[in-house]
Formats: sequence, C-alpha cells, structure tokens
Amino acid sequence: MGYFRGFAVTFRKLWEKRVTIPYPEQKRDKPERLHGRHVLNRYEDGMEKCIGCELCAAVCPADCIYVRGADNPPDDPVSPGERFGFVFEINYLRCIHCDLCVEACPTEAITESKLFEFSFTNRPDAIYTKDELLVDGETGRPQQLPWEDWREGEDADTSGWMRATSSSGSAAYAGRVAWSGELGYGIRAPERGQSGGGADEDGADEDGADEDGADEDGADEVGDA
Amino acid sequence: MVIAADPLLLGPVGLEIVLIVLFKVVVAFVLLMVSVMLMVWFERKLISDMQNRIGPDVAGPWGILQTLADGIKLFFKEDLIPENADRPVFKLAPYLSLVPAFLVFAIVPVGGDFRTGDGTVGLFGHRTFLQVADPPMGILLFLALSSVAVYGVMLAGWSSGSKYPLLGSVRASAQMISYEAALGLAIATVFLTGGSLSTHEIVSSQSGWNWNVVTTGVVPFLVFLVAGTAELNRPPFDLVEAEQELVGGFHTEYSSIRFALFFLAEFMNVITMSAIAVTLFLGGPDGPILVEQVAWVWPTLWFSLKVLAFLFTFVWLRATLPRIRYDQLMDLGWKVLIPLALGWFLLLATLNVGRDRGWSPLVVVFASVAVLWAGAAMLGGAVRKARAERLALEFESDEVLDAGNGA
Repeated sequence: MGYFRGFAVTFRKLWEKRVTIPYPEQKRDKPERLHGRHVLNRYEDGMEKCIGCELCAAVCPADCIYVRGADNPPDDPVSPGERFGFVFEINYLRCIHCDLCVEACPTEAITESKLFEFSFTNRPDAIYTKDELLVDGETGRPQQLPWEDWREGEDADTSGWMRATSSSGSAAYAGRVAWSGELGYGIRAPERGQSGGGADEDGADEDGADEDGADEDGADEVGDA
Repeated sequence: MVIAADPLLLGPVGLEIVLIVLFKVVVAFVLLMVSVMLMVWFERKLISDMQNRIGPDVAGPWGILQTLADGIKLFFKEDLIPENADRPVFKLAPYLSLVPAFLVFAIVPVGGDFRTGDGTVGLFGHRTFLQVADPPMGILLFLALSSVAVYGVMLAGWSSGSKYPLLGSVRASAQMISYEAALGLAIATVFLTGGSLSTHEIVSSQSGWNWNVVTTGVVPFLVFLVAGTAELNRPPFDLVEAEQELVGGFHTEYSSIRFALFFLAEFMNVITMSAIAVTLFLGGPDGPILVEQVAWVWPTLWFSLKVLAFLFTFVWLRATLPRIRYDQLMDLGWKVLIPLALGWFLLLATLNVGRDRGWSPLVVVFASVAVLWAGAAMLGGAVRKARAERLALEFESDEVLDAGNGA
C-alpha cells in the first residue's frame, strides 16, 4: 500500500494553495531591514552626517567604496565636524550589500534603503556619486534616479539595520536612544525589544553590560558628534 | 486501397465519398494536432499543480497557448546537424517517429452510437464510421506502427554520431521491444474475447457496459497500462531520456523543428495510446445517452472523457513515481509482465475452449489455475536459482579479489 500513498500526496498537492508569486507583476513585501541601495543621511538641520573618515571604504570587502575627506570650509560647513566627505562613490557593479559599511560608520552617515531593483545600461551609471547618494535636502528621502524602480515604502526607514545593530540594542542601553536624528524624521523611536521592555531585564543582563564597554565609548562619540 | 477504405465504401466510389474520406482525414489530423497542443499544456499545468508550482501562465489565458509559443520558437531556431551524423538517416528519424503516431489514430473510433445503432453516423447523406479507416487487421496496425516508431528512436540515436544518444536509443529499443511483447499479449486477450481484430468490431462487442476491462478480467488491462507506459517511454520508465545519465537521450543532438517533431510524436503517442486503451478495454465511445435531443454528442463525449482520464493518469504517474533502475525495468518486463500476460491469455483461452466443449467450468478453472501455479512456481524457482548462482559467482570473485589484495 506504500505505493499508493505517494499518489495521494501528489493528488492532494493539486488543491493546495500556491506560494509562488509571479515576480515582476507582483512583489512580496520587503523585510524592514533589507539591504538595498545606500543612502547618505543628513542631520535634522540639513548638515551631512559623513565626516570623510573612510572607515566604510576600509571595511568594504568588495572594495566598492571610494571616499576622500576634506576640511570643512569654516564659513559654510558641510558637516558638523572638522572634515566632510568631499568625494563619496559606491560602485554597484561590485557592491555585495553586506552592510559592513553601515556598521562601521561612526556617524550613521551611510545606511541602506530597501531598493534593490535597479539596473544600468552603462558603467558610469553604476558608480553612484555623492550627489546621487545623498538624501534630498528638504524631505530627507532618498533621491529616485531614472533607472531605479522604487516601490511604496522602499525609501522609508532607511536606518533600520543600523539601529538594530546599534549598541542600544543591548540591555545596558535599555531605555536610552543612542542614535542621532535624521532629516525629515527626527530621532527615531527604538524598535520593539530595544528599549521598551528594559525595566524587567535590568537584573538579568547586568553582566552583559560590562562586555559592551567598548561599544559604550563609541556610542558616546556618536552622541557628541 | 483495402487498408484505407471504409467497409461501407466498398461499392462504387464516387467523388463525394472520396471527399468524405478526405474530410475525415483532415478532421482527424486537426483534432490530433490540437489535442497534442492541449496535452502538452495540460501536462505542464497539471504537473506544476502537483509540484506546488504555477506552471506556464503567460501565453494566453492560463498559459494555454504555451505550446504554440514553444513551437514557433523552436521553428525559428537554428537547425544543427552534428559533424559525425549520418545525415540522411538523421533527417529521416523524426518522421519515422511522428508518422506512426499519426497513423495509429486513424483506426480509433472516436464516436458513433454502438448501443442502438451499428456505430455509423450520417455525414453529407452517407453513413460512415467516425474513424478514418477500419482495416480488417485493425489493432495489428497499432502493433506494427509502434514497432516502426522504435526505428525512429533507434535511428535517431544511431545517426547522431554521439555517445549519449546512442546509449539512449539502445536503451529505448531494448525497452520498447521488451514491452511490446507484454503489450501484444495483453491485446491478444481482447482478440480472444472480442473475436475480431477490427477496432470497430472490438468496440461494438463491448457496447452496453460489456467492457473488455471486465470481460477479460482486470489483469490484461493493468498489464496493458504498465506496458503501454513503458512503450511510451514515460515516467517511471523514461530511462530513454534519463537526463541525469544521458543528457537528453536519443534526441540530444536534435534541435529546432526536428526536436519539435520528436516532442510532438512523444505527446501524440500518449494520446493515441490512451485512445487505444479506451478502444480496447473501456468500450471506446460506449456510454449512456443522457439527453436524447443531442444523442450524437454523447459517444464522442464519453470517449473524450475516458481518454482524458488516461491522460491524467499518465501525468499523475509522472508526478508521483521516480524512475526505476534499468535491471528492474527488464525484470518487470520479462519476468513479471510477459509471464503474467501469457498465463492470463492461456487461462482465457482454456475457459473459451471449455465453454465451447461444454466442460464443467469449475473443473476448467481449477485445472487451469493448478497448471498456471505450477508454471509460476517453476519460473520462480528458475529465477531464484539463477540469482543464487549469480550471487555465488560474485561472492567467489570477491574472495579471489580479497585474496589478491591480501597477497
């Protein structure tokens, strides 16, 4: 009878609901922290967050980021610090969207949107310059370039992954926000599980707090910047 | 002339009778082409449903024109002939595959009322069968043509001048020849009960629920089904085109429209095999006439439904069963199906003779079963002995090998 159970299985499958989505016509909802095309963020006052430190370029495993820093002009500073990102280029023919640059960035300047459906017809288009990567000066939303296929919601919450991996995700920072504000959004509220439930975890995770000492320094610098 | 002629046309043959025959040929051709087109779509759609996929859904509503799109694509592709190929044979082979598939359908009665009438329908003022031809040797034509189709597969592999197609075609011809024996023996039981080779006669003898699947005892039907699946080279017997082992089997080197012809022949064979199975075992167009006003529709409708049930089964088999091993395939053919079909044939023959001579049915059945049991026991004994000897030989050679390694 074992033979016939197989036939029952295939027959049952006939009536089952399909999980396949016909991709180009229909699209699934994207995960909130999807790694897509990068954006360069601004502070709430419109200043660029990038300080031209080149840490993102240093950590990039695909070697796709090229950054040159320059001293801020004293009369018209681009970023709040001493220096700013003078040249900032990402080569999307090389980028693997690992988000290591996002984690490396000390000022939360580089984060990723949820856009991944973009293709180029020539190589210069594939190399995004700082002008293209910077968020819009008014709304704080990523710029939408002609060859990019933006969908609803893909340009929202671009700093989700950065905040998820931020030190505030650990118990030691329960209740404290350790990230800076963004143009158009202000200081974002912590996500679920990052600070809201902090009160009842105080005792249990105290040991873990010491291990995060290094992170604490980093977080303070971010706060000062 | 005798083969092509409808027995009802044996008088003076006028122009309109020739036209009717031509009309029937054209209709049968178109019907078969359209049903092949739909069959390819049906198979792809059904198997995707059984595998939790969506399947073709772009060309036309529910992807129903997918076959047409594929056909057009294949037609415009480059037609390659390998350097080492035997060119005339290479070009001939697809037609050797396709033409028999077409011709077999000619002997299948696709409609006509066999219950109250004699299976004829009125067509432009003449009475005629709803089948292209009704040759007296009928079903033998099917066996002959399916043997010719083996040449298509065999020569395709041979003439490709490449090793995988050759292996595939050797497998194919061995398999098709082996299973043709069981297939023929299963069909022979139908001759025995129906008393005729003509498909028209076979169908009329089954009219009124007197289907051969019951009158021959279910066994020949099952043997036919299994041997037919093997004859079609369909899963689980698709060793001919086992992708994992043979790339594409006998048609590896074929491309463009020549490949499409093989593909067409393959699916056409599925349909004709189903139609033959329906004709032989399930009463052909036999079935109740439910609405008298459209009485002529019902036989054709029943026939189509029965064929569809077979097509569904073939796809279902493909979706469910994994491919069997080559030695298992040969074991099943030679050691199970052929003895089974032969034994059953002899049993039915004995019962027939017993009925004619007025022997006691009980004694006949008892004696036949005893003889068959003795035969099965001897065959089983022979198989077991052969296996034991082979194992002993292998064991021995292993020991020699081990001794050699030790030294």
